[in-house]
Amino acid sequence: MTAASILPLSLSGLSYSAAGQSLLEDVTAEFHAARRILVLGPNGAGKSLLLRLCHGLLAPSHGTIRWNADLPRRELRRRQAMVFQRPVMLRRTALANVEYPLALAGIGRAERRHCATEALAHFGLASLAQRPARVLSGGEQQRLALARAWVMRPEIIYLDEPTSALDPAATYAVEQAVQDFHAAGTTVVMSTHDLSQARRLADEVLFLCRGRLLEHVPASAFFEAPASAEARAFLAGELVW
Amino acid sequence: MTDFSAALSLAGSLVFQLDHRLIAIVLLSLRVSLLAVALASVFGLPLGATVALARFPGRNAIVLVLNAFMGLPPVVVGLTIYLLLSRAGPLGPLGMLFTPTAMVVAQMVLILPIIAALTRQVVEDLWEEYSEQLRSLGCGRAQAVPTLLWDGRYRLATVILAGFGRASAEVGAVIIVGGNVAGFTRTMTTAIALETSRGDLPLAMALGLILITLTIAVNGVIQLVSQHARRGMG
Repeated sequence: MTAASILPLSLSGLSYSAAGQSLLEDVTAEFHAARRILVLGPNGAGKSLLLRLCHGLLAPSHGTIRWNADLPRRELRRRQAMVFQRPVMLRRTALANVEYPLALAGIGRAERRHCATEALAHFGLASLAQRPARVLSGGEQQRLALARAWVMRPEIIYLDEPTSALDPAATYAVEQAVQDFHAAGTTVVMSTHDLSQARRLADEVLFLCRGRLLEHVPASAFFEAPASAEARAFLAGELVW
Repeated sequence: MTDFSAALSLAGSLVFQLDHRLIAIVLLSLRVSLLAVALASVFGLPLGATVALARFPGRNAIVLVLNAFMGLPPVVVGLTIYLLLSRAGPLGPLGMLFTPTAMVVAQMVLILPIIAALTRQVVEDLWEEYSEQLRSLGCGRAQAVPTLLWDGRYRLATVILAGFGRASAEVGAVIIVGGNVAGFTRTMTTAIALETSRGDLPLAMALGLILITLTIAVNGVIQLVSQHARRGMG
């Protein structure tokens, strides 16, 4: 690993449209190292889309995504991780799922086994290591997805509504994981519908509405005195549309 | 109706007597078809997965050809292989015509498109489900080929069974390139064709019943193994 950080990440004039419909318009923002950035907004605001664009899963229609370090795409991808709302588990054991990205990165068998075992233990999954990943519960699968991200030591991790289908205990485990990633110096970019969760976790808030970035401010400023009428309505629990 | 009951009792007595000619025919049939399926899988699975994941000009044409060739007429395949292997043909010096090897080659050519085309469909469907997650984990399309072949293994078992079904049931290709030589290249299907043309319908029918029973048995075994494994893996 080279020393140069890929962060900050600069988005400038980012737009995305599909089938003639503009889904994200002119988003400009900068993500710095070791921050917890919560992406808020009503359904269809473009939260997931923004995460996918940053991660490089989608190509923007307009605008640029610039990383601090000018690295090949493959290397950039390796320093990022994403946990999806519904993670896709490979039809293998939990341990093999965590080893998989390490194998792709060309890491040897012994080290793979060592790192993956450690990551599973970190997320309380050690006893499930040999269980097929697909038969685990939703909460366990989400923790497994976090372990699979953790094992790569990413500089930035995207979490796309990771707790929307989980019970309180599993939700708590995910929030704990966010704090662990934060403590390890990873920038967390997470979308959520849960406002109290956002209050608990956020350093910064990105508020999206109808594909536009309306606010990108420190969390305290957003929750105490939102600047836009849409954000005020959103925080008050009113329909924003 | 009398033919049918005669066939049933003849089939029973053939099996229980363990007639050595029957056993030789059954074993040759199984050997040829299983080897053909194994070879067609070795080439067809990666080929199908590659066509599913790669993006290159002419891909649609290849998909079209693979799909169309699923219905290759066995006699045409047999004739083509016959021409290639015949004394005057380009592969004549190999001396393979009228040997079990020629039959394996013919059946392999027959089922390779089936296995490749069905694999392409299975892998394309899996890629739909997996692509974001795999790309996020740093997996490119080339690396996705082995990943998805392994993750699709239960569905691909059915694909391979389809190939085996086709191979064990066909007669047109093996009779042309094998020649139906008694004790050497006579399989279940060629024997059935021969006995039918000779007018020994009960014997032909009895062989047919044994063939169908064997096919059900092979499918049953693979289905059991696959279901058991699938239940374990979710």
